[in-house]
Amino acid sequence: MSLKLIRQAFTNTPPPRMWHQPEFKERYDVVIIGGGAHGLACAYYLAKEHGITNVAILEKRYIGSGGSGRNTTIIRSNYLTPEGVRFYNESVKLYEQMSAEFDFNVMFSQRGHLTLAHTDSAVRTMRRRAEVNQLQGVDSHLIWPDEIKKLCPPIDVSEHPRYPILAALYHPPGGIIRHDAVVWGYAHHADRMGVHIHQLTELTGIRVENGQVVGVETNRGYIKTGMVLNATAGWCSLIAAMAGVRLPVTTFPLQACVTEPLKPFLDVIIVSGSLHVYVSQSDRGELVMGAAVDPFASYSMNGSLAFTEGISGHILELFPALSHVRILRQWAGLCDMTPDYSPIMGFTPVKGFVVDVGWGTYGFKASPISGKTMAQLIATNSTPDLIHPFRLSRFYENDLVGEKGAASVGH
Amino acid sequence: MILIICPNCGRRNAQEFRYGGEVNPRPKQPLEVKDDAWADYLYMRDNRSGVQKEWWYHQAGCQLWFLAERNTQTNELLRTYLLDWS
Ligand SMILES: Cc1cc2nc3c(=O)[nH]c(=O)nc-3n(C[C@H](O)[C@H](O)[C@H](O)COP(=O)(O)OP(=O)(O)OC[C@H]3O[C@@H](n4cnc5c(N)ncnc54)[C@H](O)[C@@H]3O)c2cc1C
Ligand SMILES: [Zn+2]
Repeated sequence: MSLKLIRQAFTNTPPPRMWHQPEFKERYDVVIIGGGAHGLACAYYLAKEHGITNVAILEKRYIGSGGSGRNTTIIRSNYLTPEGVRFYNESVKLYEQMSAEFDFNVMFSQRGHLTLAHTDSAVRTMRRRAEVNQLQGVDSHLIWPDEIKKLCPPIDVSEHPRYPILAALYHPPGGIIRHDAVVWGYAHHADRMGVHIHQLTELTGIRVENGQVVGVETNRGYIKTGMVLNATAGWCSLIAAMAGVRLPVTTFPLQACVTEPLKPFLDVIIVSGSLHVYVSQSDRGELVMGAAVDPFASYSMNGSLAFTEGISGHILELFPALSHVRILRQWAGLCDMTPDYSPIMGFTPVKGFVVDVGWGTYGFKASPISGKTMAQLIATNSTPDLIHPFRLSRFYENDLVGEKGAASVGH
Repeated sequence: MILIICPNCGRRNAQEFRYGGEVNPRPKQPLEVKDDAWADYLYMRDNRSGVQKEWWYHQAGCQLWFLAERNTQTNELLRTYLLDWS
Protein backbone atom coordinates (compact mmCIF):
# COMPACT_ATOMS: atom_id res chain seq x y z
CA MET A 1 0.00 0.00 0.00
CA SER A 2 2.61 2.57 1.01
CA LEU A 3 4.75 1.77 -2.05
CA LYS A 4 1.71 2.37 -4.22
CA LEU A 5 1.21 5.74 -2.51
CA ILE A 6 4.82 6.81 -3.01
CA ARG A 7 4.71 5.86 -6.69
CA GLN A 8 1.46 7.77 -7.08
CA ALA A 9 3.04 10.89 -5.62
CA PHE A 10 5.53 11.06 -8.53
CA THR A 11 3.04 10.67 -11.37
CA ASN A 12 0.52 13.04 -12.88
CA THR A 13 -2.17 10.50 -13.68
CA PRO A 14 -5.06 10.24 -11.24
CA PRO A 15 -5.37 6.92 -9.39
CA PRO A 16 -7.61 4.38 -11.13
CA ARG A 17 -11.30 4.50 -10.26
CA MET A 18 -12.33 2.22 -7.39
CA TRP A 19 -15.26 1.06 -9.54
CA HIS A 20 -16.67 1.95 -12.96
CA GLN A 21 -19.94 3.19 -14.39
CA PRO A 22 -20.77 0.47 -16.91
CA GLU A 23 -23.60 0.49 -19.47
CA PHE A 24 -26.71 -1.64 -18.81
CA LYS A 25 -26.58 -5.15 -20.23
CA GLU A 26 -29.75 -6.64 -21.65
CA ARG A 27 -29.53 -9.64 -19.35
CA TYR A 28 -27.80 -10.50 -16.06
CA ASP A 29 -27.62 -13.90 -14.38
CA VAL A 30 -28.21 -12.27 -10.99
CA VAL A 31 -29.62 -8.82 -10.18
CA ILE A 32 -28.99 -7.57 -6.65
CA ILE A 33 -31.24 -4.78 -5.37
CA GLY A 34 -29.51 -2.52 -2.84
CA GLY A 35 -25.90 -1.33 -2.89
CA GLY A 36 -25.25 -1.72 0.82
CA ALA A 37 -22.60 -3.93 2.37
CA HIS A 38 -24.91 -6.97 2.10
CA GLY A 39 -25.65 -6.67 -1.61
CA LEU A 40 -22.03 -5.82 -2.45
CA ALA A 41 -20.65 -8.68 -0.34
CA CYS A 42 -22.97 -11.14 -2.06
CA ALA A 43 -21.77 -9.93 -5.49
CA TYR A 44 -18.17 -10.23 -4.33
CA TYR A 45 -18.61 -13.84 -3.20
CA LEU A 46 -20.68 -14.81 -6.27
CA ALA A 47 -17.74 -13.73 -8.43
CA LYS A 48 -14.92 -14.87 -6.17
CA GLU A 49 -16.14 -18.25 -5.00
CA HIS A 50 -18.61 -19.33 -7.66
CA GLY A 51 -17.33 -17.69 -10.85
CA ILE A 52 -20.69 -15.97 -11.38
CA THR A 53 -19.71 -12.55 -12.72
CA ASN A 54 -22.65 -11.57 -14.94
CA VAL A 55 -24.12 -9.77 -11.94
CA ALA A 56 -25.65 -6.31 -11.55
CA ILE A 57 -26.15 -4.29 -8.38
CA LEU A 58 -28.93 -1.71 -8.60
CA GLU A 59 -28.67 1.14 -6.10
CA LYS A 60 -31.19 3.97 -6.15
CA ARG A 61 -28.82 6.52 -4.62
CA TYR A 62 -25.09 5.89 -4.07
CA ILE A 63 -23.52 2.76 -2.60
CA GLY A 64 -23.47 2.85 1.19
CA SER A 65 -26.22 5.48 1.34
CA GLY A 66 -28.45 3.20 3.44
CA GLY A 67 -27.71 1.64 6.81
CA SER A 68 -24.26 0.58 5.63
CA GLY A 69 -23.06 4.19 5.72
CA ARG A 70 -25.07 5.23 8.77
CA ASN A 71 -24.38 2.56 11.36
CA THR A 72 -22.22 2.76 14.46
CA THR A 73 -20.04 -0.14 13.25
CA ILE A 74 -20.15 -2.43 16.26
CA ILE A 75 -18.98 -5.93 15.37
CA ARG A 76 -19.39 -8.75 17.88
CA SER A 77 -20.66 -12.31 18.24
CA ASN A 78 -21.84 -12.54 21.89
CA TYR A 79 -25.48 -13.19 21.00
CA LEU A 80 -28.04 -15.18 22.97
CA THR A 81 -29.05 -18.13 20.78
CA PRO A 82 -26.55 -20.80 19.63
CA GLU A 83 -27.58 -20.31 15.97
CA GLY A 84 -27.06 -16.55 16.29
CA VAL A 85 -23.67 -16.89 18.01
CA ARG A 86 -22.39 -19.40 15.42
CA PHE A 87 -23.48 -17.21 12.52
CA TYR A 88 -22.12 -13.86 13.78
CA ASN A 89 -18.88 -15.50 14.87
CA GLU A 90 -18.17 -16.61 11.29
CA SER A 91 -18.65 -12.98 10.31
CA VAL A 92 -16.17 -11.74 12.92
CA LYS A 93 -13.60 -14.17 11.50
CA LEU A 94 -14.13 -12.80 7.98
CA TYR A 95 -13.75 -9.24 9.27
CA GLU A 96 -10.47 -10.19 10.94
CA GLN A 97 -8.92 -11.06 7.57
CA MET A 98 -10.66 -8.34 5.53
CA SER A 99 -7.89 -5.70 5.37
CA ALA A 100 -5.43 -8.31 4.08
CA GLU A 101 -7.96 -9.78 1.65
CA PHE A 102 -8.82 -6.35 0.19
CA ASP A 103 -5.31 -4.87 0.44
CA PHE A 104 -7.22 -1.91 1.85
CA ASN A 105 -7.32 -0.79 5.47
CA VAL A 106 -10.81 -1.20 6.93
CA MET A 107 -9.49 -0.17 10.38
CA PHE A 108 -11.04 -3.07 12.29
CA SER A 109 -10.23 -2.37 15.93
CA GLN A 110 -11.08 -5.24 18.31
CA ARG A 111 -10.99 -3.15 21.45
CA GLY A 112 -13.43 -5.12 23.64
CA HIS A 113 -17.17 -4.82 24.13
CA LEU A 114 -18.95 -4.48 27.51
CA THR A 115 -22.68 -4.96 28.00
CA LEU A 116 -23.60 -3.54 31.40
CA ALA A 117 -26.07 -5.15 33.77
CA HIS A 118 -27.90 -2.85 36.20
CA THR A 119 -30.39 -5.36 37.66
CA ASP A 120 -30.30 -8.92 39.01
CA SER A 121 -32.32 -10.19 36.07
CA ALA A 122 -29.89 -8.57 33.63
CA VAL A 123 -26.99 -10.26 35.45
CA ARG A 124 -28.79 -13.59 34.98
CA THR A 125 -29.23 -12.97 31.23
CA MET A 126 -25.52 -12.05 30.94
CA ARG A 127 -24.53 -15.29 32.70
CA ARG A 128 -26.66 -17.25 30.29
CA ARG A 129 -25.18 -15.42 27.31
CA ALA A 130 -21.65 -16.06 28.58
CA GLU A 131 -22.42 -19.79 28.83
CA VAL A 132 -23.97 -19.97 25.35
CA ASN A 133 -21.05 -17.96 23.92
CA GLN A 134 -18.40 -20.15 25.53
CA LEU A 135 -20.07 -23.33 24.30
CA GLN A 136 -19.69 -21.94 20.77
CA GLY A 137 -16.04 -21.10 21.41
CA VAL A 138 -16.60 -17.35 21.69
CA ASP A 139 -14.51 -15.32 24.17
CA SER A 140 -17.14 -13.90 26.54
CA HIS A 141 -17.42 -13.76 30.33
CA LEU A 142 -18.86 -11.83 33.26
CA ILE A 143 -16.82 -9.14 35.01
CA TRP A 144 -17.54 -7.07 38.13
CA PRO A 145 -17.39 -3.32 38.82
CA ASP A 146 -13.70 -3.27 39.86
CA GLU A 147 -12.63 -4.79 36.56
CA ILE A 148 -15.08 -2.61 34.61
CA LYS A 149 -13.44 0.43 36.20
CA LYS A 150 -10.00 -0.84 35.14
CA LEU A 151 -11.08 -1.27 31.51
CA CYS A 152 -13.00 2.00 31.51
CA PRO A 153 -11.72 4.55 34.07
CA PRO A 154 -14.23 7.38 33.36
CA ILE A 155 -17.31 5.25 34.05
CA ASP A 156 -19.26 5.74 37.29
CA VAL A 157 -19.42 2.37 39.07
CA SER A 158 -20.50 3.90 42.39
CA GLU A 159 -23.88 3.34 44.00
CA HIS A 160 -25.01 6.91 43.29
CA PRO A 161 -26.75 6.54 39.91
CA ARG A 162 -30.39 5.53 39.74
CA TYR A 163 -29.33 2.22 38.16
CA PRO A 164 -25.91 1.30 39.61
CA ILE A 165 -23.71 -0.98 37.53
CA LEU A 166 -23.69 -4.53 38.96
CA ALA A 167 -21.69 -6.43 36.34
CA ALA A 168 -20.89 -6.57 32.63
CA LEU A 169 -20.67 -9.19 29.93
CA TYR A 170 -17.14 -8.75 28.56
CA HIS A 171 -16.46 -9.76 24.96
CA PRO A 172 -12.80 -8.98 24.14
CA PRO A 173 -13.01 -9.60 20.34
CA GLY A 174 -15.86 -7.10 19.92
CA GLY A 175 -14.82 -4.02 17.97
CA ILE A 176 -15.54 -1.18 15.58
CA ILE A 177 -14.57 -0.69 11.95
CA ARG A 178 -14.63 1.91 9.18
CA HIS A 179 -17.98 1.11 7.54
CA ASP A 180 -17.35 3.11 4.33
CA ALA A 181 -14.12 1.22 3.74
CA VAL A 182 -15.98 -2.09 3.98
CA VAL A 183 -18.51 -0.90 1.36
CA TRP A 184 -15.79 0.45 -0.93
CA GLY A 185 -13.62 -2.65 -0.55
CA TYR A 186 -16.42 -4.98 -1.63
CA ALA A 187 -17.43 -2.62 -4.46
CA HIS A 188 -13.87 -2.33 -5.75
CA HIS A 189 -13.16 -6.05 -5.81
CA ALA A 190 -16.58 -6.99 -7.19
CA ASP A 191 -16.06 -4.42 -9.96
CA ARG A 192 -12.62 -5.81 -10.81
CA MET A 193 -14.10 -9.30 -11.17
CA GLY A 194 -16.69 -8.03 -13.67
CA VAL A 195 -19.72 -7.18 -11.52
CA HIS A 196 -21.69 -4.12 -12.76
CA ILE A 197 -22.50 -1.53 -10.09
CA HIS A 198 -25.33 0.75 -11.25
CA GLN A 199 -25.83 3.73 -8.96
CA LEU A 200 -28.76 6.16 -9.30
CA THR A 201 -30.71 3.17 -10.59
CA GLU A 202 -34.00 2.51 -8.84
CA LEU A 203 -35.96 -0.71 -9.01
CA THR A 204 -39.58 0.11 -9.90
CA GLY A 205 -41.03 -3.33 -10.65
CA ILE A 206 -40.35 -7.06 -10.75
CA ARG A 207 -41.82 -9.12 -13.59
CA VAL A 208 -43.00 -12.56 -12.50
CA GLU A 209 -44.41 -15.11 -14.98
CA ASN A 210 -45.88 -18.44 -13.78
CA GLY A 211 -44.33 -17.95 -10.34
CA GLN A 212 -40.84 -17.32 -11.73
CA VAL A 213 -38.96 -14.00 -11.94
CA VAL A 214 -38.18 -13.08 -15.56
CA GLY A 215 -36.96 -9.49 -15.26
CA VAL A 216 -36.91 -6.18 -13.44
CA GLU A 217 -38.08 -2.67 -14.31
CA THR A 218 -35.92 0.29 -13.35
CA ASN A 219 -35.94 4.03 -13.88
CA ARG A 220 -33.35 3.35 -16.61
CA GLY A 221 -35.17 0.56 -18.41
CA TYR A 222 -35.91 -3.16 -18.34
CA ILE A 223 -33.39 -5.91 -17.52
CA LYS A 224 -33.91 -9.62 -18.12
CA THR A 225 -32.91 -11.92 -15.27
CA GLY A 226 -34.08 -15.11 -13.61
CA MET A 227 -32.61 -14.33 -10.17
CA VAL A 228 -33.24 -11.27 -8.00
CA LEU A 229 -31.79 -10.76 -4.52
CA ASN A 230 -33.59 -8.29 -2.27
CA ALA A 231 -30.88 -6.67 -0.09
CA THR A 232 -32.63 -3.38 0.64
CA ALA A 233 -32.89 -3.53 4.45
CA GLY A 234 -35.28 -0.72 5.53
CA TRP A 235 -36.99 -0.70 2.13
CA CYS A 236 -37.27 -4.49 1.76
CA SER A 237 -41.06 -4.71 2.21
CA LEU A 238 -41.56 -2.37 -0.76
CA ILE A 239 -39.29 -4.44 -3.03
CA ALA A 240 -40.90 -7.72 -1.87
CA ALA A 241 -44.36 -6.30 -2.61
CA MET A 242 -43.24 -5.81 -6.24
CA ALA A 243 -42.82 -9.59 -6.44
CA GLY A 244 -46.08 -10.20 -4.55
CA VAL A 245 -44.32 -11.36 -1.37
CA ARG A 246 -45.21 -10.13 2.13
CA LEU A 247 -42.54 -10.05 4.82
CA PRO A 248 -42.72 -9.99 8.63
CA VAL A 249 -40.92 -6.66 8.67
CA THR A 250 -41.66 -3.19 10.02
CA THR A 251 -39.37 -0.27 9.23
CA PHE A 252 -38.26 1.89 12.15
CA PRO A 253 -35.74 4.75 12.11
CA LEU A 254 -32.68 4.39 14.31
CA GLN A 255 -30.74 7.49 15.31
CA ALA A 256 -27.16 8.05 16.31
CA CYS A 257 -25.00 11.06 17.11
CA VAL A 258 -21.38 12.06 17.70
CA THR A 259 -19.80 14.55 20.08
CA GLU A 260 -17.03 16.97 19.30
CA PRO A 261 -13.63 15.20 19.19
CA LEU A 262 -11.94 14.49 22.52
CA LYS A 263 -8.49 13.23 23.51
CA PRO A 264 -8.44 9.44 24.02
CA PHE A 265 -11.14 8.88 26.64
CA LEU A 266 -12.75 5.52 26.06
CA ASP A 267 -10.91 2.37 24.95
CA VAL A 268 -13.76 -0.11 25.00
CA ILE A 269 -17.31 -0.15 23.66
CA ILE A 270 -19.94 0.36 26.38
CA VAL A 271 -23.53 -0.81 25.97
CA SER A 272 -26.35 -0.52 28.47
CA GLY A 273 -29.62 -2.20 27.59
CA SER A 274 -31.39 -0.88 30.67
CA LEU A 275 -30.38 2.71 29.91
CA HIS A 276 -30.99 2.30 26.15
CA VAL A 277 -27.61 3.64 25.18
CA TYR A 278 -24.24 2.59 23.76
CA VAL A 279 -21.03 4.49 23.09
CA SER A 280 -17.57 4.07 21.59
CA GLN A 281 -14.82 6.52 20.64
CA SER A 282 -13.88 6.82 16.97
CA ASP A 283 -10.33 7.20 15.66
CA ARG A 284 -11.12 10.89 15.16
CA GLY A 285 -11.86 11.23 18.86
CA GLU A 286 -15.62 11.68 18.56
CA LEU A 287 -17.82 9.73 20.92
CA VAL A 288 -20.24 7.76 18.74
CA MET A 289 -23.51 7.19 20.59
CA GLY A 290 -26.75 5.42 19.83
CA ALA A 291 -29.90 4.10 21.44
CA ALA A 292 -32.91 1.92 20.62
CA VAL A 293 -35.10 2.51 17.54
CA ASP A 294 -37.52 5.45 17.38
CA PRO A 295 -40.88 4.87 19.10
CA PHE A 296 -42.93 4.55 15.88
CA ALA A 297 -42.55 3.04 12.40
CA SER A 298 -41.43 5.41 9.65
CA TYR A 299 -39.50 5.81 6.40
CA SER A 300 -38.42 9.33 7.38
CA MET A 301 -34.78 9.85 8.28
CA ASN A 302 -35.30 13.08 10.26
CA GLY A 303 -33.68 13.29 13.65
CA SER A 304 -35.57 14.28 16.79
CA LEU A 305 -34.88 16.34 19.89
CA ALA A 306 -36.40 13.56 22.02
CA PHE A 307 -33.52 11.36 20.94
CA THR A 308 -30.70 13.77 21.82
CA GLU A 309 -32.39 14.65 25.10
CA GLY A 310 -32.82 11.02 26.08
CA ILE A 311 -29.37 9.90 25.10
CA SER A 312 -27.63 12.81 26.82
CA GLY A 313 -29.31 12.02 30.12
CA HIS A 314 -28.36 8.39 29.95
CA ILE A 315 -24.78 8.99 28.86
CA LEU A 316 -24.31 11.42 31.76
CA GLU A 317 -25.54 8.79 34.18
CA LEU A 318 -22.66 6.56 33.03
CA PHE A 319 -20.05 9.29 32.39
CA PRO A 320 -20.73 12.38 34.55
CA ALA A 321 -17.47 13.91 33.27
CA LEU A 322 -19.04 14.46 29.84
CA SER A 323 -21.48 17.13 31.01
CA HIS A 324 -19.68 19.93 29.11
CA VAL A 325 -19.12 18.02 25.89
CA ARG A 326 -21.23 19.10 22.93
CA ILE A 327 -23.06 16.97 20.38
CA LEU A 328 -21.69 17.72 16.93
CA ARG A 329 -24.22 16.04 14.65
CA GLN A 330 -27.00 13.46 14.59
CA TRP A 331 -28.53 11.32 11.86
CA ALA A 332 -30.91 8.42 11.29
CA GLY A 333 -31.11 5.29 9.17
CA LEU A 334 -33.91 2.84 8.45
CA CYS A 335 -34.06 -0.53 10.19
CA ASP A 336 -36.05 -3.53 8.97
CA MET A 337 -37.23 -4.98 12.29
CA THR A 338 -38.49 -8.57 12.53
CA PRO A 339 -40.57 -10.13 15.34
CA ASP A 340 -37.68 -12.31 16.62
CA TYR A 341 -34.82 -9.83 16.13
CA SER A 342 -33.26 -12.22 13.60
CA PRO A 343 -32.72 -11.85 9.87
CA ILE A 344 -34.68 -13.39 7.02
CA MET A 345 -32.39 -15.10 4.53
CA GLY A 346 -33.17 -17.35 1.61
CA PHE A 347 -35.98 -18.49 -0.65
CA THR A 348 -39.48 -17.05 -0.96
CA PRO A 349 -42.59 -18.57 -2.56
CA VAL A 350 -41.62 -16.82 -5.85
CA LYS A 351 -38.95 -18.72 -7.83
CA GLY A 352 -35.92 -16.58 -8.54
CA PHE A 353 -36.75 -14.08 -5.79
CA VAL A 354 -34.53 -14.49 -2.72
CA VAL A 355 -34.13 -12.22 0.29
CA ASP A 356 -31.35 -11.13 2.63
CA VAL A 357 -33.29 -8.76 4.88
CA GLY A 358 -34.55 -8.23 8.43
CA TRP A 359 -31.20 -6.83 9.52
CA GLY A 360 -32.77 -4.42 11.95
CA THR A 361 -30.31 -2.52 14.10
CA TYR A 362 -27.59 -5.19 14.02
CA GLY A 363 -26.91 -6.20 10.41
CA PHE A 364 -23.68 -4.46 9.51
CA LYS A 365 -21.61 -6.98 11.43
CA ALA A 366 -23.22 -9.76 9.39
CA SER A 367 -22.34 -8.38 5.94
CA PRO A 368 -19.41 -10.73 5.12
CA ILE A 369 -21.01 -13.98 6.23
CA SER A 370 -24.39 -13.02 4.75
CA GLY A 371 -22.77 -12.24 1.42
CA LYS A 372 -20.89 -15.49 1.49
CA THR A 373 -23.83 -17.72 2.44
CA MET A 374 -26.32 -15.96 0.14
CA ALA A 375 -23.87 -16.35 -2.76
CA GLN A 376 -23.66 -20.05 -1.94
CA LEU A 377 -27.45 -20.29 -1.78
CA ILE A 378 -27.82 -18.62 -5.18
CA ALA A 379 -25.03 -20.63 -6.80
CA THR A 380 -26.10 -24.04 -5.49
CA ASN A 381 -29.86 -23.42 -5.24
CA SER A 382 -29.84 -24.83 -1.70
CA THR A 383 -29.78 -23.31 1.79
CA PRO A 384 -26.44 -23.50 3.67
CA ASP A 385 -26.83 -25.02 7.17
CA LEU A 386 -25.53 -21.88 8.86
CA ILE A 387 -28.51 -19.80 7.67
CA HIS A 388 -31.21 -22.47 7.74
CA PRO A 389 -32.54 -21.07 11.08
CA PHE A 390 -33.18 -17.72 9.35
CA ARG A 391 -35.40 -18.97 6.49
CA LEU A 392 -38.67 -17.09 5.80
CA SER A 393 -40.74 -20.25 6.31
CA ARG A 394 -39.86 -20.32 10.04
CA PHE A 395 -42.78 -17.99 10.64
CA TYR A 396 -45.15 -20.66 9.30
CA GLU A 397 -43.40 -23.48 11.17
CA ASN A 398 -43.51 -21.94 14.65
CA ASP A 399 -39.73 -21.93 14.74
CA LEU A 400 -38.71 -18.34 15.58
CA VAL A 401 -35.16 -17.58 16.74
CA GLY A 402 -35.71 -15.27 19.75
CA GLU A 403 -32.66 -13.01 19.74
CA LYS A 404 -34.28 -9.99 21.42
CA GLY A 405 -32.29 -10.24 24.63
CA ALA A 406 -29.02 -9.66 22.80
CA ALA A 407 -30.01 -7.47 19.87
CA SER A 408 -32.54 -4.83 20.88
CA VAL A 409 -30.15 -2.12 22.06
CA GLY A 410 -26.69 -3.64 21.80
CA HIS A 411 -26.50 -3.55 18.02
CA MET B 1 -44.25 14.63 14.65
CA ILE B 2 -44.35 16.59 17.89
CA LEU B 3 -48.04 16.78 18.69
CA ILE B 4 -50.77 14.17 18.40
CA ILE B 5 -54.47 14.91 18.61
CA CYS B 6 -56.11 12.47 21.00
CA PRO B 7 -59.82 12.15 20.10
CA ASN B 8 -60.49 12.54 23.80
CA CYS B 9 -57.90 15.04 25.12
CA GLY B 10 -57.02 17.04 22.03
CA ARG B 11 -53.53 18.19 21.09
CA ARG B 12 -50.86 16.62 23.32
CA ASN B 13 -47.10 16.02 23.27
CA ALA B 14 -46.32 12.93 21.15
CA GLN B 15 -44.21 11.49 23.94
CA GLU B 16 -47.39 10.81 25.94
CA PHE B 17 -48.48 8.28 23.32
CA ARG B 18 -47.48 4.76 22.37
CA TYR B 19 -47.49 3.51 18.81
CA GLY B 20 -49.64 0.40 18.28
CA GLY B 21 -48.65 -0.68 14.77
CA GLU B 22 -50.43 -0.81 11.42
CA VAL B 23 -54.08 -1.81 11.41
CA ASN B 24 -54.14 -5.56 10.85
CA PRO B 25 -57.66 -6.99 11.17
CA ARG B 26 -57.94 -10.17 13.22
CA PRO B 27 -59.50 -13.10 11.32
CA LYS B 28 -63.26 -13.15 11.98
CA GLN B 29 -63.52 -16.88 12.78
CA PRO B 30 -60.27 -17.73 14.58
CA LEU B 31 -61.13 -21.42 15.03
CA GLU B 32 -61.67 -21.97 11.31
CA VAL B 33 -58.55 -20.16 10.17
CA LYS B 34 -55.81 -22.36 8.67
CA ASP B 35 -52.39 -22.21 10.35
CA ASP B 36 -50.78 -20.38 7.43
CA ALA B 37 -53.42 -17.67 7.42
CA TRP B 38 -52.98 -17.34 11.19
CA ALA B 39 -49.20 -16.91 10.74
CA ASP B 40 -49.91 -14.28 8.07
CA TYR B 41 -52.08 -12.41 10.53
CA LEU B 42 -49.55 -12.68 13.38
CA TYR B 43 -46.37 -11.80 11.51
CA MET B 44 -46.76 -10.47 7.96
CA ARG B 45 -47.07 -6.72 7.53
CA ASP B 46 -47.66 -4.27 4.65
CA ASN B 47 -45.09 -1.86 6.12
CA ARG B 48 -46.39 0.79 3.81
CA SER B 49 -44.44 3.82 2.60
CA GLY B 50 -47.08 6.54 2.34
CA VAL B 51 -50.41 6.96 4.12
CA GLN B 52 -50.97 4.19 6.65
CA LYS B 53 -53.83 3.40 9.03
CA GLU B 54 -52.45 2.66 12.47
CA TRP B 55 -53.17 2.31 16.17
CA TRP B 56 -52.13 4.75 18.91
CA TYR B 57 -52.55 4.56 22.66
CA HIS B 58 -52.70 7.60 24.97
CA GLN B 59 -50.54 5.93 27.58
CA ALA B 60 -49.61 8.89 29.77
CA GLY B 61 -53.06 10.42 29.41
CA CYS B 62 -56.60 9.08 29.15
CA GLN B 63 -55.49 5.51 28.17
CA LEU B 64 -57.59 5.54 25.01
CA TRP B 65 -56.75 3.36 22.01
CA PHE B 66 -57.58 5.16 18.76
CA LEU B 67 -56.82 5.16 15.03
CA ALA B 68 -54.71 7.49 12.95
CA GLU B 69 -53.85 8.07 9.33
CA ARG B 70 -50.22 9.09 8.97
CA ASN B 71 -47.88 9.50 6.04
CA THR B 72 -44.92 7.27 6.94
CA GLN B 73 -42.60 9.14 4.53
CA THR B 74 -43.11 12.55 6.13
CA ASN B 75 -44.70 11.64 9.50
CA GLU B 76 -47.52 14.06 8.71
CA LEU B 77 -50.52 13.09 10.82
CA LEU B 78 -53.58 13.44 8.58
CA ARG B 79 -56.31 12.51 11.02
CA THR B 80 -57.02 10.71 14.29
CA TYR B 81 -60.38 9.11 15.09
CA LEU B 82 -62.17 6.48 17.12
CA LEU B 83 -62.81 2.96 15.90
CA ASP B 84 -66.37 2.59 14.65
CA TRP B 85 -67.54 -0.54 16.49
CA SER B 86 -70.77 -0.88 14.49
C1 LIG C 1 -27.89 4.50 13.36
C2 LIG C 1 -27.64 3.04 13.07
C3 LIG C 1 -26.71 2.32 13.82
C4 LIG C 1 -26.45 0.99 13.55
N1 LIG C 1 -25.47 0.36 14.26
C5 LIG C 1 -25.11 -0.89 13.93
C6 LIG C 1 -24.00 -1.49 14.58
O1 LIG C 1 -23.36 -0.89 15.45
N2 LIG C 1 -23.66 -2.76 14.22
C7 LIG C 1 -24.34 -3.45 13.26
O2 LIG C 1 -23.98 -4.59 12.99
N3 LIG C 1 -25.40 -2.89 12.62
C8 LIG C 1 -25.80 -1.63 12.92
N4 LIG C 1 -26.86 -1.03 12.27
C9 LIG C 1 -27.63 -1.81 11.29
C10 LIG C 1 -26.94 -1.84 9.93
O3 LIG C 1 -26.62 -0.53 9.54
C11 LIG C 1 -27.81 -2.48 8.85
O4 LIG C 1 -28.41 -3.66 9.32
C12 LIG C 1 -26.99 -2.83 7.63
O5 LIG C 1 -26.20 -1.74 7.24
C13 LIG C 1 -27.86 -3.26 6.48
O6 LIG C 1 -27.07 -3.37 5.33
P1 LIG C 1 -27.71 -3.69 3.94
O7 LIG C 1 -26.61 -3.75 2.97
O8 LIG C 1 -28.60 -4.88 4.06
O9 LIG C 1 -28.70 -2.47 3.66
P2 LIG C 1 -28.42 -0.90 3.39
O10 LIG C 1 -27.03 -0.52 3.64
O11 LIG C 1 -29.50 -0.15 4.08
O12 LIG C 1 -28.62 -0.83 1.84
C14 LIG C 1 -29.88 -0.95 1.22
C15 LIG C 1 -29.82 -0.12 -0.05
O13 LIG C 1 -30.98 -0.38 -0.84
C16 LIG C 1 -31.21 0.78 -1.60
N5 LIG C 1 -32.56 0.75 -2.14
C17 LIG C 1 -33.74 0.89 -1.48
N6 LIG C 1 -34.77 0.84 -2.34
C18 LIG C 1 -34.24 0.66 -3.58
C19 LIG C 1 -34.81 0.54 -4.89
N7 LIG C 1 -36.14 0.59 -5.10
N8 LIG C 1 -33.97 0.36 -5.96
C20 LIG C 1 -32.61 0.31 -5.76
N9 LIG C 1 -32.04 0.43 -4.54
C21 LIG C 1 -32.85 0.60 -3.46
C22 LIG C 1 -30.98 1.91 -0.59
O14 LIG C 1 -30.71 3.14 -1.23
C23 LIG C 1 -29.78 1.38 0.21
O15 LIG C 1 -28.55 1.90 -0.22
C24 LIG C 1 -27.16 0.31 12.53
C25 LIG C 1 -28.12 1.01 11.77
C26 LIG C 1 -28.35 2.36 12.02
C27 LIG C 1 -29.36 3.10 11.19
ZN1 LIG D 1 -56.28 11.11 25.60
